[in-house]
Amino acid sequence: MPDLSTNCGGIKSPNPFWLASAPPANSAGQVQRAFDAGWGGAVWKTLGQPIQNVSSRFGATNVRGVQGAGFNNIELITDRSLEINFKEIYETKKKYPKHAIIVSLMVETKDEWKDIIKRSIDAGGDGLELNFGCPHGMCERGMGSAVGQEPKVNQEITSWAVEYSTVPVLVKLTPNVSDIVPHGLAAQRGGAHGVSLINTIKSIIGVDIDRFVPEPRVAGLSTNGGYCGSAVKPIALHMVAALSRDDRFKLPISGIGGVSNWRDAVEFMLLGSSSVQVCTEVMLRGYRIVEDMIEGLEEYMRSHRFQKLDDFIGKAVPAYSEWGNLDLNYETIAKIDAQKCIGCHLCVTACHDGAHQCIHPQQDTRVPRVDESECVGCNLCKIVCPVADCISMVEVNNGFAPATWNEFVTEGKKLRPKKGAH
Amino acid sequence: MAASLSGDRSETVFSDYKGEYTREQALVEANRCLYCTDAPCVKACPTHIEIPQFIRKIATGNLRGSARTIFDANILGMSCARVCPVEVLCVGDCVYNEMGVPPIQIGKLQRFSTDAAFENEWRFFEAGQDTGKTVGLVGAGPASLACAHELRRFGHRATIYEKRARIGGLNTTGVAPYKMKADRSLEETQWILGIGGIEVKTGVTIGGGVTLEDLEKKHDAVFFGAGLGADTAMKVPGEDLKNVFGAVEWIEQMKTGRVSVEGMKSCVVVGGGNTALDCVREARGLGIERVTMAYRGTEAKMSGYAHEWKAAEMHGARAEWQVLPVAFEGHGHRGEAAEQAKVERVRLVRLDANKKPIPGSELVLEADLVLVAIGQSKLGEMLSKLDGIRIERGRVVTDDDGKTGRAKWFAGGDCRNGGKEVVNAAAEGKAAARAIHAFLGSK
Repeated sequence: MPDLSTNCGGIKSPNPFWLASAPPANSAGQVQRAFDAGWGGAVWKTLGQPIQNVSSRFGATNVRGVQGAGFNNIELITDRSLEINFKEIYETKKKYPKHAIIVSLMVETKDEWKDIIKRSIDAGGDGLELNFGCPHGMCERGMGSAVGQEPKVNQEITSWAVEYSTVPVLVKLTPNVSDIVPHGLAAQRGGAHGVSLINTIKSIIGVDIDRFVPEPRVAGLSTNGGYCGSAVKPIALHMVAALSRDDRFKLPISGIGGVSNWRDAVEFMLLGSSSVQVCTEVMLRGYRIVEDMIEGLEEYMRSHRFQKLDDFIGKAVPAYSEWGNLDLNYETIAKIDAQKCIGCHLCVTACHDGAHQCIHPQQDTRVPRVDESECVGCNLCKIVCPVADCISMVEVNNGFAPATWNEFVTEGKKLRPKKGAH
Repeated sequence: MAASLSGDRSETVFSDYKGEYTREQALVEANRCLYCTDAPCVKACPTHIEIPQFIRKIATGNLRGSARTIFDANILGMSCARVCPVEVLCVGDCVYNEMGVPPIQIGKLQRFSTDAAFENEWRFFEAGQDTGKTVGLVGAGPASLACAHELRRFGHRATIYEKRARIGGLNTTGVAPYKMKADRSLEETQWILGIGGIEVKTGVTIGGGVTLEDLEKKHDAVFFGAGLGADTAMKVPGEDLKNVFGAVEWIEQMKTGRVSVEGMKSCVVVGGGNTALDCVREARGLGIERVTMAYRGTEAKMSGYAHEWKAAEMHGARAEWQVLPVAFEGHGHRGEAAEQAKVERVRLVRLDANKKPIPGSELVLEADLVLVAIGQSKLGEMLSKLDGIRIERGRVVTDDDGKTGRAKWFAGGDCRNGGKEVVNAAAEGKAAARAIHAFLGSK
């Protein structure tokens, strides 16, 4: 039986699946139901100064009938009193001693940080998460992403928190920066025990095309919100990996951003996440998704003979490199399995309209033909094909020794002739 | 102008057996479509509707565009959505079948779009600039309607000559009522005629009110879309008994008026084609307990669609395969006038594999109603005296575009193809209109 027990920056949980600081982790009733469903930890919805929320808070992108492929919100931090929250954290922690409760915090002054950290630890929090990421509402008041975007401020506030805290401190980073690395390093310099990323991306989720108002609409206006959900996963994966592969960066990472199932979680962990946090998919489908996440992760570990999470955390990081290090002489071409092909010709159109015009219809069969001399191995046909494993990208031995762009430039290594470039 | 329908019709007891989609259902189904290129479903449609395109437009909420795509290819797209045997056409060729995944319900999606067009009174096409040319069309069925509409888009004037009081052809008088009722067909004819410039003369017979020579003289071109003629008779004793009907005649009566089934407990339908299958389900639907289809061939050999027979079986019909009626018998009061004697049973003989009667194999089926569905007469002979027009087995011979061997004369629909689907008639009518347009332009 694979061991899922997790340690992220000193915060321990029975599995790596944590609720992110968000509506699903807003109250004791919710968090306790989530723990009952199998979640290993919860980052309690951010505590801070009193706020008031608007009506109409969420928006979603729908893609070919799939609702919520992307999601955004203009909700702020908790609107419940600190007293109620701390009481509920205390009760929940008492009832679920082995589960991780991380208290997300966002306040302004040093005194406020000192006070709220003490009360969070007194309530039984296993760790703290400093919300330096929220891109709407709070940043205008000098908090959230306003902190996360300034490495100096980030470092300073982190150092306050670390000074006052007796439990591990995670810094939650905003993706609304051009390069994540300086911000991770700032948290590290401030003494953080780990970072969590990404927070939401500044966004306008859509526009009501009949009222001429962006979504989500509040009376006659809207505002930018935080983008999340499945659609942001690639951005999050990149930022997690960018920190993971930076030699200077040593902190554990709690991965966030479009984690919807065990596969997503594995991807985040392969790029260096010690735990993963989930919000949107829980908002769309409920706590019960964790059952499949646990089973799927266990089965994945079994199939690869991984005993514990550390056996594969970061395993894909060394394979994330610069474009200039990619082998230009590596060649693949598309092969269509005639037995599996259903003749939809989606690959034909995709190749002709969106790629290199090398997949052609044939006279006597609906199975298209790949002109291998023209196929550049771009993957587009495989991506549009509705049949699993019908199109495979097959490696070709072209007789050329590996040669990267960097090697071509510096050593003059020989490159194979270009394909599809005429 | 066309006569209207009474609300008191036998067909009104039937409800839709396929049902219509709600918006939510249509969206789920539309989003399932793979949006194939050079799609097999389009190829399978005789009118080549751009199916993936109209389905995508449903999915994006462009319902008007979706309907326009359908009607641009097939102006009878509303009725075809209901009456097409999609199982053997577009849906049958959906690539999902190859995956073992339920195929896209193209007919139901097409109905969703085209019904919306009718309900919202969307119109898509305007008549072209008047060319001063006129075309006469014989028959007011789907072939002529499709032809006339397309001719109007080119700017040619059209005059339809119809012997019945109502137009729409078999779409009005012949379609199984659980697929479409007569009033819906009449709505469609009005919607098509809405393009303007199509004159309809009803109650006109060729050779009676107007002659072939008149047509040729009066018009720059003539489209022959007369359909098929009367039901073929069995030519067995007792065929003149009361409650023995030709199937097409009986169906027309059911759809446009009332047929009597009161007290009837059993019905025998003779034949194995799609009209026979319709009759079987219709008789069951009207409340007749025991309905038996008597067919001379095997189940595998019948010309009716397998999916239609399956549906008929589900509705409680049964069949006697490889049998031949030898007599229809009444209650036996000898000397009583034939018109008073009602049919009571059908005497049949079993056939061997070569369709030869097997001696001593006689069987008797009770029958208060007998419907003979063994085909209709062909009307091609109407044109036989026109030099240059070839008639083969009663069908008018034309090239692929509906052009006959005689200048000015074109044909399409059942009189040309021997009796196919509405969608074939629509395709042939439209193709002929293009050929006529080319002919008129070259004159």
